[in-house]
Amino acid sequence: MAKNGAARDDARSQNPMKGSALKKPAPKNAEELDRLIHERLRLGIVSALAVNDSLSFSDLKKLMNTTDGNLSVHARKLEEAEYIACTKSFEGRMPKTQYRLTAAGRRALERYLDHMEALIRATRDR
Amino acid sequence: MRMTSVRPLRPEPPRELSSLHGRAMDNLAFIRNTMEAAGSFTAVSGWGMVAIGVLAIAVAFVASLQKTPINSLNIWLAAAVLSPTIMMWAMVRKAKTAKMPLLSGPGRKFVLSFSPPMVVGALLTFVLYRAGLVEAIPGVWLLLYGTGVVAGGAFSVRIVPVMGLCFMLAGVIALFSPPSWSHAILGAAFGGLHIAFGIPIARSYGG
Repeated sequence: MAKNGAARDDARSQNPMKGSALKKPAPKNAEELDRLIHERLRLGIVSALAVNDSLSFSDLKKLMNTTDGNLSVHARKLEEAEYIACTKSFEGRMPKTQYRLTAAGRRALERYLDHMEALIRATRDR
Repeated sequence: MRMTSVRPLRPEPPRELSSLHGRAMDNLAFIRNTMEAAGSFTAVSGWGMVAIGVLAIAVAFVASLQKTPINSLNIWLAAAVLSPTIMMWAMVRKAKTAKMPLLSGPGRKFVLSFSPPMVVGALLTFVLYRAGLVEAIPGVWLLLYGTGVVAGGAFSVRIVPVMGLCFMLAGVIALFSPPSWSHAILGAAFGGLHIAFGIPIARSYGG
């Protein structure tokens, strides 16, 4: 279920720069950036981690108002891209998963923000 | 009847560009809102709470040595003025470290929710003092402080409203306890609870 949702989101989040006449060239890895970060939940995870040293799985779940499965799927995609790092531990008998943003993830978010700002400038100037 | 078509003064941007612009704006707004919401996790300073807790324990000890209730009350009132100053300093420092605006959306909501019970507390302190009901003041303080923390904590992590409920419980205990226990209860609540909740907040939520 969650995987289907994620796949649907991926399909929806195709590169919005396609076909637009931007004055500022898009970043070289715009395709990859869009696939990984453009999807709402993943964008939310990265944005939330950008203003916190780390957040637990339950914090992110509450913040994003999503299900365990959906959050796991999207967090794993970001983890595989090394945009976020995951630490698993135990608090007593309870497993605790903690996420933090990596340097690569922070750079990707900054590129994404530049990307969006360039898009807004370009469409406003026309 | 057919209406005359109106021609815009400036040509509209192509629908595709307008849509892209809107989506980009929407994405930026989403990022900002998420950062603000996530920022509320770090707005309250755990170390500030620990500092206030230590101060409260010291104040409880000094106040218990006073011979008149008025002197004790004055010492607690001085601490009530000093504590928000400490907390504001700690929150500003924490916000600077996290490079977050202090009064972002959730931070502003916290202040707006927390402030009214504090104003009511100040007014009731004056009224109760004038009515000679000084022994009721600790319970009222704890209840209203807890109310403020619960209300403000609705926009924060769960640990904050839980702390507020503990203060309210301490307030109920203070209201129905002998007046001689008031300093111990105030010290245990304002001291113990701030330290007990401040340390995990500081460790888990960035200071």
